[in-house]
Amino acid sequence: MRKSFLGIFLFFAAICPVLGQDKPIAFINARIIPIVGQPIEQGILLVQNGKISAVGDARTVRLSSDVTIVDLKGKVIMPGLVDSHSHIGEASGGDGSAPIQPDVRVLDGINARASSFQRAQSGGITTVNIMPGSGHLDSGQTIYLKNRDNAVTIDDLLILDKDGKYMGGIKFANGTNPIRPGGGAFPGTRAKSVALVREQFIKAQEYREKIKKAGTDKTKLPPRDLAMETLVEVLDGKKVVHFHTHRHDDIYSVLRLQKEFGFKVVLQHVSEGWKVAEEIAKAKVPASVIVVDSPGGKLEAVDMRLETGAILDNAGALVGFHTDDYITDSRLFLRQAALAVRAGMNRDKALYAMTMANAIMLDVQDRVGSLEAGKDADFIVLSGDPLSVYSHVLETWVEGKRVFNRADPVDYLIAVGGRGATTDRTVHLDCFDGDMGGHE
Amino acid sequence: MKRLNLLNRLGVILSISLALSVAAYGQIAVKGETVWTMAGEPIKNGVVLVKDGKIEAVGAAAQIKIPAGYRTISAKVVTPGLIDSRSVVGLNGYLNQPHDQMALDGSGTVQPELRAIDAYNTEEKLISWIRSFGVTAIHTGHQPSALISGQTMIAKTIGKNVDDATIVPTAMVAVTIGDGGLAGQGRSPGTRAKSAAMLRAELIKAQENAAKTEAPKDLRSVIMMRIIKREVPLLVTAHRAQDIITVLRLAKEFNLRIVLDGASEAHMVLNEIKASGFPVIVHAPMMRAGGETENASMENASKLKAAGIPVALQSGYEGYVPKTRVILFEAGIAAANGLSFRDALATITIDAAKILGVDSRIGSLEQGKDADIAMYDGDPFEYTSHCTGTIVNGVLASETIR
Repeated sequence: MRKSFLGIFLFFAAICPVLGQDKPIAFINARIIPIVGQPIEQGILLVQNGKISAVGDARTVRLSSDVTIVDLKGKVIMPGLVDSHSHIGEASGGDGSAPIQPDVRVLDGINARASSFQRAQSGGITTVNIMPGSGHLDSGQTIYLKNRDNAVTIDDLLILDKDGKYMGGIKFANGTNPIRPGGGAFPGTRAKSVALVREQFIKAQEYREKIKKAGTDKTKLPPRDLAMETLVEVLDGKKVVHFHTHRHDDIYSVLRLQKEFGFKVVLQHVSEGWKVAEEIAKAKVPASVIVVDSPGGKLEAVDMRLETGAILDNAGALVGFHTDDYITDSRLFLRQAALAVRAGMNRDKALYAMTMANAIMLDVQDRVGSLEAGKDADFIVLSGDPLSVYSHVLETWVEGKRVFNRADPVDYLIAVGGRGATTDRTVHLDCFDGDMGGHE
Repeated sequence: MKRLNLLNRLGVILSISLALSVAAYGQIAVKGETVWTMAGEPIKNGVVLVKDGKIEAVGAAAQIKIPAGYRTISAKVVTPGLIDSRSVVGLNGYLNQPHDQMALDGSGTVQPELRAIDAYNTEEKLISWIRSFGVTAIHTGHQPSALISGQTMIAKTIGKNVDDATIVPTAMVAVTIGDGGLAGQGRSPGTRAKSAAMLRAELIKAQENAAKTEAPKDLRSVIMMRIIKREVPLLVTAHRAQDIITVLRLAKEFNLRIVLDGASEAHMVLNEIKASGFPVIVHAPMMRAGGETENASMENASKLKAAGIPVALQSGYEGYVPKTRVILFEAGIAAANGLSFRDALATITIDAAKILGVDSRIGSLEQGKDADIAMYDGDPFEYTSHCTGTIVNGVLASETIR
């Protein structure tokens, strides 16, 4: 096994100068799992200028004479993984001053050089939604990033929309994490939590109305308000609400809020989603599930099950998975899909959940999530079946550039750990926080 | 009703825990396409006969006649019941609530007299959870969050009360050297050097007490004298290389029996550990790296094994979630990161039993040993395989497909 790694390494070292250039690269002979469409044995993935130019086999893909051929016989190619909920990058969000802080952007609190980005690369994650924590009803705006290599600043990681604006959602949470009995402005109960959120959205509706009324007359515009501007974006469906929620009644509260205000929402964690699977499916609200090795933890999450993904999928809901890194390790993200399959989920659906479903939840499905011509050349090379414990991510490519190579000693260290593998300052935004009552 | 049908179709019935009251000890024949006895080569088409809680016979199907009246259970792969070498399950429950977390008493930093058996809850849900993956025995006890947090015990994963479940009531005494053992809030120990000084003071007192013609009878002195007399080993959690070296230094000074625990940086001091002769119950390969565990490696177990150091895997202590790791999953990661299948399985069966000193009873499928058996529908380490049944003390204690 090691020898073949070395072989690949030497081979790539030889062709390295041409990689990531304008010249087309054809990855041939691999089993390709495009996610959209059937797997292709001895497939060809053709990449140029950071985009996928073709996916197929020798009969369907024509190779030009200047193409660089990379033979991946025995290997598996699938799209780069999309993590719909993570806390890598030493991220921070809102402070303790208020329970709802839509003005705060996680974008302004990320260390783009954090080693956790490399950890995510080694796990095959190419797109990630970095969220602030869940200790607030709204701890701020989230950011969608590409795990590009050698980032100097956060700008090097952003995903820009058609207007050149960074993409991201907004984080909300209900249940026990934001509840702080006697915590001043923070809610003390679930009903109060919902009331506080409704209050802000009603204010945002009024703010939006004022803007509408002002029309072209700028003198009639309301004073700028960062929080309100953000919530108006949410009301307009321009920002997805990523709603941390565990218990069945809390999930249901999210559905009720969604109905009232019409925002786009993704249910995050959804520990008791299996209890309200039909309701979630009926509301057409996607669910990003976390798979944890054992039940238990805080009271509202004790009924979490390995079967949640399977049950939600069977009910017809769109299911994704997330690391919630640091809660689960980005290096082992594929394990979530595999354990969901162990617990009854369809294999294809589980792989779809790791890629395309998560891309849909972040509104980036036009660019990533599947291997299709015209999409970003974000893909991973695996040593075998993506759902096998023995398979390793050998390479991770983002926009036609290789950002992780297991054959490289530095990348290998990141992938398996060891001396010097982790250099992050310790900042963990644990979504399972709370309930410990000072026992920690 | 519709929802129930859905669950059934998925085969995910919440919990089919067999009534343990049904016949204390059944007579069972376990047939396996592959039987990993962990005592010799794996047997193709093997049979394990179980009678009165013990293994009656093990061998190839061609050689073993299944007597009449035995219940036959078939599985693709059969292994010895799994052993989790370092856990807090049973003391810490599955609820993150103070009343359910009993593996640490915060009133003192040196409490070797705290017995695990006085806190072990046989009804704890996490016990049935790990049992459903094939775990039949756990070395559990006080958590690595104080200089001396208390004792550990070895238990089976069934038992109607703690006496029924217990194999070894006082297995080891848990010591923590490093960040995890610091008291904080201005209390001692507040530094690594202070930790060592306090531990040395306790051990010197124990030496002096042991030399007295009339030894003191207080709880702490009694257990500390058992340590100094080498009757009870210390289970020392030490992650940084420097902390591991401190443990070896103290062990030499006081001629202690040591089992190293955690040992994130063991891969950096392999020669020193090897020379000490001490075994290592290494951290879970999926343990999250950070702080004093920042240099943890998924290859730690394989590097220890390659160096000839006795090694077992642990689920360890988790303050948050998961409330427990599953040792089967951890061994799988070790197998994917340098250990052979057989060596990985050994870290959670026979090698674990040897390090815990219970290999005469458990850890392998051999005639006369306890009938602790795990069954799988494929490679046990594969994510998508299932544990199809777990036999503990000759009783089919779980047949949840999980």
